[in-house]
Amino acid sequence: MSATFLGMPGSFPNNAEKAVQNSQLRYNLRKATHTIRGRRASVVGELPDWQELRAAGKAIKDETLRHLDRYLLQLEEAVTDAGGHVHWARDAAEANRIVTDLVKATGETEVVKVKSMATQEIGLNEALAEHGIAAYETDLAELIVQLGDDFPSHILVPAIHRNRAEIREIFLDRMGDAPEGLTDEPAALTEAARLHLRERFLRSKVAISGANFMVAETGTLVVLESEGNGRMCLSLPETLISVVGIEKLVPSWRDLEVFLQLLPRSSTGERMNPYTSTWTGSAEGQEFHLVLLDNGRTGVLADEVGRQALRCIRCSACLNVCPVYERAGGHAYGSVYPGPIGAILTPQLRGMGSDLDASLPYASSLCGACFEACPVAIDIPEVLVHLRAEAPHGAAERAGMRLAGWVFGDRARLAGVQRLASRLRKLVPKRLPGPLSAWTDTRDLPDIPEEPFRDWWEREERHGRP
Amino acid sequence: MGAREEILGRIRQAVRGAPEVEIPRGYRTAPPVDDLAGLFAERVRDYRAIVHVLPAAEVPAAITELVRGRRMVIPDGLPPEWSEGAEPAGGSLAELDAADGVVTGCAVAIAETGTIVLDTGPGQGTRAQTLVPDYHLCVVLAGQIVAGVPEAVARLDPSRPLTWISGPSATSDIELNRVEGVHGPRTLEVIVST
Ligand code: SF4
Repeated sequence: MSATFLGMPGSFPNNAEKAVQNSQLRYNLRKATHTIRGRRASVVGELPDWQELRAAGKAIKDETLRHLDRYLLQLEEAVTDAGGHVHWARDAAEANRIVTDLVKATGETEVVKVKSMATQEIGLNEALAEHGIAAYETDLAELIVQLGDDFPSHILVPAIHRNRAEIREIFLDRMGDAPEGLTDEPAALTEAARLHLRERFLRSKVAISGANFMVAETGTLVVLESEGNGRMCLSLPETLISVVGIEKLVPSWRDLEVFLQLLPRSSTGERMNPYTSTWTGSAEGQEFHLVLLDNGRTGVLADEVGRQALRCIRCSACLNVCPVYERAGGHAYGSVYPGPIGAILTPQLRGMGSDLDASLPYASSLCGACFEACPVAIDIPEVLVHLRAEAPHGAAERAGMRLAGWVFGDRARLAGVQRLASRLRKLVPKRLPGPLSAWTDTRDLPDIPEEPFRDWWEREERHGRP
Repeated sequence: MGAREEILGRIRQAVRGAPEVEIPRGYRTAPPVDDLAGLFAERVRDYRAIVHVLPAAEVPAAITELVRGRRMVIPDGLPPEWSEGAEPAGGSLAELDAADGVVTGCAVAIAETGTIVLDTGPGQGTRAQTLVPDYHLCVVLAGQIVAGVPEAVARLDPSRPLTWISGPSATSDIELNRVEGVHGPRTLEVIVST
């Protein structure tokens, strides 16, 4: 059973320091982020209307959020008309209770799951386990994470911190039916996972999923995936339960023409992901339950600056371009949402009561690469600055100080912080505010570098820094 | 107050006074493509699927060549000449699992992205039929190919369960090495009938 992030200790700088010392992790992360970044750039470059798609995507999500109440009611009606059942959950505990009761009503004690960040966010697997229900993750990376009793570290490739030899060890130790003589070839490891899960897919009666999109107008849910485990979970079991954040909505069927272009290209860097499934209510006679999850989202919606985080379509493009993420790794963020989006979403969803959550708005050099990459144009640096102003003083100050030392440790991070300084200048003219003020009290602000950070970064990238 | 009313109330409170939004749709809705079948075939090949582009008259013989003597799932409503020579497989999950493959038509195909969409209509099978067998042979008629995603979305019926297929199933979860064939059919073969 994979652990959840709920209540994970530490602070971002603490966790980041540990991660930076792990050279395997750094190597894997660097390889992953750079590979996907390259693929994304090439398929995005193919579309002459990328910026128009991006503008439409942003506006469609803003329109959804502006009238979220109306669209949710429309969705509820459409799903119900199509034979589905809609449930509403204010928080994690309520969602877990609803799902547990639904599974219990089927009499089953095992469920298959397709990768869903919402169910990780609420700790559903653990909640089900308390009631004697075993939840089996079926995404290859999630399987690796679950068998390894581990945390996911990347939205798209959750097991990116594991290399093939480690994965082989995990399979041999924990899978139970791993073939003898299993090698560490990716094809052999994949085949082992296929055989391990096939039997389970064919006999499972209940599946739990999330969704990438829900269409208010038609009541349709949409799941994008690569492996086919999504199709297995969505179409074979008699009962399907989907747990979906209320912000995953789009108003009309037509809106998918925008997001089915934005998401695959931003995410895996493909023209299209191998499989996309859509279904409306009860499909092919299946029993269908939709659990609509708030769990802090309405609080985010109430913040005029912060609410743009709810546009996020979880593509992970911002992770792959982030210099801080590349060094710190996903675990440092202490949440199911890592990287730049996690740095703005987690403190808003959970509040900034813990040291970790209060330190997250500092987990960035504000270089702006995330904003440029984001297919729905979330101005992550703007939200970070906004949250820094709101972070509780003591905890954030301690965390910020620690991070300052780490950030200023090399020129890339230093250059990024220049941008922070300039963004904040209009707020506090002479010294850096909040946690960084103590630092500026004892040191001069560094000189402005001769060239803009982005230019420097791109030049260094081309020459392949170690 | 129930969860539904409470969540709706919080939303109304949260967005009170927020500005209205205009949605700009300046993106391409019907990109001009000269050779739809050619572009489609090229893009499907990019996913490492097998593709044949054939004149309509040659399609039945080509299918027979591929399915002769093999135990194939034959969906309701499939044109009879698209499965000649195949041994029909049974419909239980175990029989689907043991079948050599499935042969289908499609609802729509997208040239720019090399995508086939199935909507469980005649000749397209149930979702299980096109998922469990390890080999999927799909016949795409030239008239079913559109240039881009917007035209496909417009042609499709959201009330039907849709499966968009772009190449065989794949994973890049292990050190980002792409491996074709995880849980979906490991081989995708496409015949474009022109
Ligand atoms: S914030 Fe933007 S770039 Fe990051 S995961 Fe969300 S949609 Fe993608």
